Amino acid sequence: MDLYYIQGILMLAGINLMSVLGLSLLTGFTGMFSFGHAGFMAIGGYTSAMMTVNYGWPFIPALLMGALTAALMSALIGKLTLNLKGDYFCIATLGFGEAIRLVLDNVQYFGGARGWPGIPNYTNFTNVLIINIIAIIILANIIRSRQGRNMIAVREEELASQIVGINVFKYKLISLMISAAYAGIAGGLMAHYMTFLQPKMFSLVKSTELTIIVIFGGLGSISGSVLGALVLTSLPEILRSFSNWRLVIYGLSVIVIMISRPEGLMGGYELTPSSMKKLFTRMRSKKGNLPKSMEGGDTL
Amino acid sequence: MYKKTLALLLVSLMILTMAFTGCSKPETETAAPAEEIIKVGWMGSLTGDQAVWGQCELDTVKMLFEEINAKGGVLGKQLEVIGYDTKGDPQEAVNVAKRLTGQDKVVAILGPNASGNAIPIAPVLEQAKVPDIATVATNPKVTVLDGKVKPYNFRVCFIDPYQGAVAAGYAIEVLGFKKAAILYDVADDYSQGLTQFFEEFFVSKGGTIVAKEAFKFGDVDFRPQLSKIKDAAPEVLFLPIFFKEAALIANQARELGITVPLMGGDGLPSEQLFTMAKDAVQGTYIVNHVDYDDPEVQDLKNRYKTKYNKELELNGYLVHDAVVVFVDALERAGVADSVKITEALETTNVKGVTGQITISKDTHNPEGKDAAIVKIEGDRYVFQQKYSAK
Repeated sequence: MDLYYIQGILMLAGINLMSVLGLSLLTGFTGMFSFGHAGFMAIGGYTSAMMTVNYGWPFIPALLMGALTAALMSALIGKLTLNLKGDYFCIATLGFGEAIRLVLDNVQYFGGARGWPGIPNYTNFTNVLIINIIAIIILANIIRSRQGRNMIAVREEELASQIVGINVFKYKLISLMISAAYAGIAGGLMAHYMTFLQPKMFSLVKSTELTIIVIFGGLGSISGSVLGALVLTSLPEILRSFSNWRLVIYGLSVIVIMISRPEGLMGGYELTPSSMKKLFTRMRSKKGNLPKSMEGGDTL
Repeated sequence: MYKKTLALLLVSLMILTMAFTGCSKPETETAAPAEEIIKVGWMGSLTGDQAVWGQCELDTVKMLFEEINAKGGVLGKQLEVIGYDTKGDPQEAVNVAKRLTGQDKVVAILGPNASGNAIPIAPVLEQAKVPDIATVATNPKVTVLDGKVKPYNFRVCFIDPYQGAVAAGYAIEVLGFKKAAILYDVADDYSQGLTQFFEEFFVSKGGTIVAKEAFKFGDVDFRPQLSKIKDAAPEVLFLPIFFKEAALIANQARELGITVPLMGGDGLPSEQLFTMAKDAVQGTYIVNHVDYDDPEVQDLKNRYKTKYNKELELNGYLVHDAVVVFVDALERAGVADSVKITEALETTNVKGVTGQITISKDTHNPEGKDAAIVKIEGDRYVFQQKYSAK
């Protein structure tokens, strides 16, 4: 395989991973489903592109600006909709995502439905990798902090956590804002990777794709999200040689995994250095238990 | 126990990935006598709402390459097309472009048909130094951005401003209409572009737009907009949209008593139009890339029909010309080298089925290509005249 092509796929996986990480916090750790994350990506993408193209900002501040705008927008939406429970919130986000896309279709300043070409090509393999690593570290720390535990409490039992004094609304809002900021950065990366933005890129299909990745990787697991983003972004590309059947195979493999492992690939487990160590010691002790079947196993 | 299944799953996934990546290896190895084969890429929609056109393009390219190979190929080598689906999605288009240039090492890419897919692949082409010849990508920004020509993007069709100007010019100067109404798709790039340019030229020629109404892709009821249009009493209704909505709009407009002729761009012509709204679209004027009755295109039409037993769609004619332009450039370049081919493409002057194609060095567009005005009569597109906007 050609390195240039593989790097392209990995960059795309990294960009998807950014918004999946955000969504993972919201869906996996706070227990709220969103079908409007492509909308936050669009806000982040258009804002950061506006900063670099029209105002000549450097890349990183522009990305952060995109993240900030997406987060503020989500705060606005969150204030109005977070009191809705379960499915109702989900529908509200769905409407929001579509509304953002339709607004962008009509704003001629951003090129409308015809799209916005000529955005500088700032995204490269190195900065996607670094941003992703930073994002993972930040997310892991958030989850292990008091705030993160409160979010998990909200996910597990909303009423009970309210009784023990957790401000449910506040933690939901924080979770939504962080997740929107992640999506905003992903949008910015996407804009400067494609060098072209079109509202069509942020349709409902994109939002669903992100939710599928989170569930596929396993709810409540960061390493699951990483694995999910890598597998599900590269799968359609790997299957390219199957031409017209590739999307069928893609769909089938998602179904098969979800049936055989409803909790997702990682399902609540994390792949951390300590858990890896445990895994290896277990494997080694297994080996030690079966010395007879292995020739020369006693030397180890 | 869980950890074990997890490990197993991970390992099996990795093996699966390895196996698939391994799969694509033999493909390149079978093409090992690479000296004899020139690989050409194609991209377009094979799935999604424009799949009919994409499939027709790929079939046409395959047919033409078979014919060329049967005659001994080009420069003594065989041509091979590698076609990938973009789903009409810009992101997929970038992936495909990377795959074609990086993995498959093609010397040129034909397609895509959508402007939204042709624009984002430009940086990939520039990095790989591989030329692309777009088929029906009519957005001006496909080849020229901020006054600068993109070095590796070419096309064989006319552009939206020209198409809009032709439609507006023909309506005013030949048909003598002074009042026009527009009904366009607000969420579609092609529709927005064409609307803008039609409006500009129509007004600059002294006409007035009496009504400009919008709908959104997926709508099926257009009566509210059409009622407003009816009240404005236009002399012609311009529909810069695709055939499916146009057919529905035509039916509903006639129902509401709008009797004025309809007019449209290259999104309208399709066999489907007659199945859906044969009576309602009678007398419609269409700005097209090609005159279907032109004796010069009959041969291609028949060859396609005999091979695939389907009617050749509009995209087939344009991809035919893309192939003609590519083969001409390849012959003049003398070697299957993408940079040499790009240089040769800049001085293209060949005859295709849609007219004489003279690629301009400054815009990479075919210059002075006449549009064919056709009128629907019965279930045929009757050629009116070649018209070029001044």
